[in-house]
Amino acid sequence: MSDNNAPALIGTSGDSLREAFGKALTNLADEFPKLVVLDADVAGGTGVHHFRKAHPEKFIQFGIAEQNMVAAAGGLAAVGMLPVVTGFAVFLSRAFEQTRLSIAYCRRNAKIVASHPGLDVGPDGGSAQALEDIAAFRAIPGMTVISPADPKEMELATRAMLEFEGPVYMRTGRSAAKRLFGDDHKFEIGKGQIVRDGSDVTLVACGVEVARALEAAELLETDGIDARVVNMATIKPIDAKLLKQCAAETGCMVTAEDHNIHGGLGSAVAEAVTQTHPCPIEFVGLNDTFGSSGEPDELAAHYGITAPFIAEAARRAIARKGSLQ
Amino acid sequence: MMTAVKLSTRDSAVAAAAPEIDLEAQIAEAARFVRRHTIAAIYRATSGHPGGALSCADLLACLFGAELNVWPTAANDRFRDRFVLSKGHACPALYAIGAYHGFCDKADALNLRKLGSPFQGHPHVRDLPWVETSTGSLGQGFSGALGMAMGMKLQKINARAYALLGDGELQEGEVWEAAMCAAHHKLDNLCAIIDYNKLQSDATNDAIMRLEPLADKWRAFGWTVFEIDGHNIPEILSTLHLAASTHERPSVLIAHTVKGKGVPYMEGSPAWHGSVKLTREQSVDALVALGADQHEIKELLDV
Ligand SMILES: Cc1ncc(C[n+]2csc(CCOP(=O)(O)OP(=O)(O)O)c2C)c(N)n1
Ligand SMILES: [Mg+2]
Repeated sequence: MSDNNAPALIGTSGDSLREAFGKALTNLADEFPKLVVLDADVAGGTGVHHFRKAHPEKFIQFGIAEQNMVAAAGGLAAVGMLPVVTGFAVFLSRAFEQTRLSIAYCRRNAKIVASHPGLDVGPDGGSAQALEDIAAFRAIPGMTVISPADPKEMELATRAMLEFEGPVYMRTGRSAAKRLFGDDHKFEIGKGQIVRDGSDVTLVACGVEVARALEAAELLETDGIDARVVNMATIKPIDAKLLKQCAAETGCMVTAEDHNIHGGLGSAVAEAVTQTHPCPIEFVGLNDTFGSSGEPDELAAHYGITAPFIAEAARRAIARKGSLQ
Repeated sequence: MMTAVKLSTRDSAVAAAAPEIDLEAQIAEAARFVRRHTIAAIYRATSGHPGGALSCADLLACLFGAELNVWPTAANDRFRDRFVLSKGHACPALYAIGAYHGFCDKADALNLRKLGSPFQGHPHVRDLPWVETSTGSLGQGFSGALGMAMGMKLQKINARAYALLGDGELQEGEVWEAAMCAAHHKLDNLCAIIDYNKLQSDATNDAIMRLEPLADKWRAFGWTVFEIDGHNIPEILSTLHLAASTHERPSVLIAHTVKGKGVPYMEGSPAWHGSVKLTREQSVDALVALGADQHEIKELLDV
């Protein structure tokens, strides 16, 4: 396979995804006159404190009351505003039913942007680490679910989300995210992207796991294994065409996500390929458990979602090739 | 009888110039239509929630007959008032008042809770745009109306948002999140109306979860409170008018009502809340009590 579609990957540590989101939103405000940003007293955490400072008249404080905030976003959209609901992923989950009825069922053009997802939350511990939000929001009909991988992609996804007509759930992230993409990076809702080509196995990842999947591909390369890495920033609607192509070309897959393996990216990938392109798939993620306190990288290693675990899963997947005949 | 009631709070000039009409009688007739239509629709559907639909019939008739600035010919006008039935299970009454005022066809609106019908068991805005938002999960419609009020203020649209809530619905925490929020943001274009029929699904409010002192709660949350008889049409009309003139504070009408109002065997009984399968005899009895003649009864009930 040729490498010509893969974007150039650059440097290491940069902004957190939440910072990138908050800044992008601030810069886009003038282009979207109906935009309003809703907060439940966590603006400093979600990155929208930048927006509040620059555009106080478009910033609406709802207090610590997520259910009212989300249903009210439906009402704001009903009268023509473009509401972006912001909060921590765990707390926005308590407004799941408001998202379902007042936003998705009504098909409102409202956006929900959740920071602090997954083990990436770190020391706040198990109660604060949303590991089931992708599964939950993905199950709502008509909901688009996005989890960008780096600050550049977050910036592009923020614009794409505002331009998109319909309900969107987007994950940001708390910790410093590796910079993966340069200024030439492209983002399109519903499109996966091969960020490293390879022919032996496809590693499909989203969010912070894309950087780890790339690291895993390098580990595999030292063993002579040629791994392809797909950045699947849109989990719903998933890019089934690309996944089928990858299943056909590499014959096995590994999914990697900072989320429970039940119902998240891995499930979405399996749903997309099993009917027409069945192949061995290994799932890297939280194995139906809650998280706990610790630094994000420590936690990732403890719960088995770092690069060595992805590489090991790839070896298992490769070993199982052909076993489905 | 009543001649002084304004047609709409913002159209007083129009109202003053209009010919003398007996608005109270017109609204009473609309409310009777709503009650009959509700009974017929629930009979035909073989399920539904008659009690809470009947208790709010007079409130709906007043809102649509004289208060709301909404018209079937301008259902998408961005300057219209917004009405949300937060107690969505009472939708047979909403469908009926909508039909009465031409937002939908009267015969179509009898086709309740049936596959393919837009008249679902709870209102859905994608099926019927004039219901403004989808409800059925108690508490959410109120927040939705709050968002609409907020959005209209932001866009300098001089219109009002109304939400009709059940008393049992007030047990939802979201209602009090919204109450606090509306007062904080000074949403004087938001009006809540509580159908205070003292009953909810299983039993009385008192037995399930006490609400009193209810007016004090709303006052403490920063709302302007009006307590009225929810079946007294002139009182409802004049209070809606008063509520529209409050400044910097949202307003709430606590409307004392009787669940099942108009159908003697249903009045004040929790047995007629939901999952009600009306027999032909029960439906005929109800329609007779509501003043329907044999011809009307046949037309309403014969499928
Ligand atoms: C969030 C939510 N919980 C439960 C229900 C089920 N339910 C439907 S109606 C009802 C009782 C409502 O009582 P009230 O608000 O007093 O309505 P009314 O008496 O006017 O019919 C319940 C519990 C619901 N629709 N929504
Ligand atoms: Mg009640």
